[in-house]
Amino acid sequence: MRMVVKGNGAVAHAVRLSRAQVVSAYPITPQTSIIEELATMVARGELDARFIKVESEHSALAGCIGAASAGARTFTATSAQGLALMHELIHWAAGARLPIVLANVNRAMAPGWSIWTDQNDSLSQRDTGWMQIYCQSSQEVVDSVIQAFRVSEKVLLPTMVVLDAFFLSHTYEDAEIPEQAVVDSFLPALDLPHKMDLEHPAALGNLVFPDRYMEFRRKMDLAHDLALDVWDEVGREWGQLTGRPYGVVEEYRLDGAELVLVTAATAASTARPVVDRLRDAGVPVGLVRLRVFRPFPAAVLRSLLGGRRKVLVLDRNCSFGHHGVFHQEVKSALYELPHAEQPRVCGVIAGLGGRDITPDDLGEMLTGVWEGRIQDPVTWWDVLPARDPATAALAMG
Amino acid sequence: MAIDISSYDPRNLHLPDGEILSSGHLACPGCGAALGMRLALKALGPNTMVVIPACCWAVINGPYPFEALSVPVLQVAFETAAISASGIRAALDTQGKKDINVVAWAGDGGTFDIGFQALSGTVERNDDIIYICYDNEAYMNTGIQRSSATPYGAWTTTTPVETPKAEPKKNMVEIMVEHRIPYTATASIAFPEDFVRKVEKAKEIRGAKFIHLWISCPAGHKSEERSSVKIARLAVETGVFPLYEVEYGTRYTINHEPAFTDVSAYLELQGRFRHLKDEHIETIRRNIRWEWERLRAKEEMGRKLSLPPDVVRAAVGDGETTAG
Repeated sequence: MRMVVKGNGAVAHAVRLSRAQVVSAYPITPQTSIIEELATMVARGELDARFIKVESEHSALAGCIGAASAGARTFTATSAQGLALMHELIHWAAGARLPIVLANVNRAMAPGWSIWTDQNDSLSQRDTGWMQIYCQSSQEVVDSVIQAFRVSEKVLLPTMVVLDAFFLSHTYEDAEIPEQAVVDSFLPALDLPHKMDLEHPAALGNLVFPDRYMEFRRKMDLAHDLALDVWDEVGREWGQLTGRPYGVVEEYRLDGAELVLVTAATAASTARPVVDRLRDAGVPVGLVRLRVFRPFPAAVLRSLLGGRRKVLVLDRNCSFGHHGVFHQEVKSALYELPHAEQPRVCGVIAGLGGRDITPDDLGEMLTGVWEGRIQDPVTWWDVLPARDPATAALAMG
Repeated sequence: MAIDISSYDPRNLHLPDGEILSSGHLACPGCGAALGMRLALKALGPNTMVVIPACCWAVINGPYPFEALSVPVLQVAFETAAISASGIRAALDTQGKKDINVVAWAGDGGTFDIGFQALSGTVERNDDIIYICYDNEAYMNTGIQRSSATPYGAWTTTTPVETPKAEPKKNMVEIMVEHRIPYTATASIAFPEDFVRKVEKAKEIRGAKFIHLWISCPAGHKSEERSSVKIARLAVETGVFPLYEVEYGTRYTINHEPAFTDVSAYLELQGRFRHLKDEHIETIRRNIRWEWERLRAKEEMGRKLSLPPDVVRAAVGDGETTAG
């Protein structure tokens, strides 16, 4: 059924179609309408689930961990401060190998208070063992949430489905909401191998001495390796079912591209017409959109970017003290290429705290890199000069 | 229910035969937490899932791949015992397994302090779990630091004898009572039949149940291992720790009228109180009298009050309640 739906509504419909059994969640702007819609669906019997209306995000994820440990398909949603409050349990959910799906609406971290988008909240959870997938449209949100349950339950790792605040969470778009029968055929009921079971009582999560701990962590890393292939297979299978195939990255006009823009989320959909326009003007530019960020598709990026002249990585985030996060990761992946095939990589940090990244911005960035006007390893885009002389002096060295 | 004093004789105890706690656990000699778990599981039986946050029991149950309990155990983050149990309950409900007991078993730190918020949320929602706080009155697992359950005057490593704890113990039971949950009770390892009865009663009630179990801790209380039950009994008989239960935040029942033995008999068995001067002990005596006046007044008031009109909330969707 085609619907005009917000990104947040797309999440709720996908959770309903995935037959989540326990939802445990706490409101935070701009995620709130996800759980409002789910609460209504549960109240009306459209979703046969228990909704635990907890007193904090910390408890939201702890509730999911308890429910998932007892074998239920579980979901929660959050943003920014809420995700940060969950952090202890973000580690816990992955370490306990629980296939929880969490929708994170990217929101900038305080202070100063911001409800608008950037990626520092989700990227701060990079090293926890969660899978992360960045979406660009309501359609992709619907499809990715359903796929996330499937992949998570296969490799026993939780998935964070990430969508931009407002640009995606609150923007109405046309999307195909699949039929229940289609989703049922794609996503069988969860049968967690290590669930709490009276017939086979075990202690889960107890003390592990140094002679065993590393083996558990090694298995998590191996599961991530496996997951990269699983995301690929599942994206293809979803394409056969619905006509909408997905890969771990999305390629756009890479034929003959000598400059490739690498970015994620809605900035990529803004970039596509810019790429078209520049191609028309004779600039050989293409686009790679990062979709699955953990596990990181390093080999795929090497095959797509190796031998190009230049790469521009656009980050809506910053790892303070060392570049944007996507920039770091792309560079680290390309380091394994033979020297002659290594493109020159520049990074731009833009759009923090919800600032627009416009087609004009993207056009200037790309032509600036192509024509050599932008050469610094990292450029902060469209930032006012510091007005305080002391700060300015500090910043200028 | 009044307690039969004959139950003081360990040869004359009437307790369920089943044992779910096996030997080989890692509790210290004289540990009240091990005895408490053993008794609780006798009452709960094998149809039980146990949540254990960071606390002594996270160690007592044994390291991977061992465990001392023959029921499923989920060890969880320090502050999440209550909500983790709620999550398990929700999952079991969706699987139609409403008859499984879900028990959160947490220490005083995980209950009075770091786990307080999640516990309040869980009991406010009246989630159908049994929460048992085994209270040894300090952070014993990390090596005896003060908690908000540490009593006035006690030594801990963070309240050294130069500045022993100046504040009274937080009254966790009354905080739970004010959530108006179906059942709140105190219990003691020295009164095993009373404790077992309370756990069995909690099993039969839908909604949130909270049991506050006082336990001895030889390592943390600086007491003799062989005196653990004696000290626990004196906590009750001196009036320091009253045994009572409360239904729907209203109906108070004092289960045992203490002998009101002078509190010095209780204090002198524990090194953590050795530094106290007569004036401090007199303050403790006065405080015991003050607390008992309050408790008796509440019991008296509860007799006159009807149950709160909204207690039937426990029945919504379930068709069951113990209110009546």
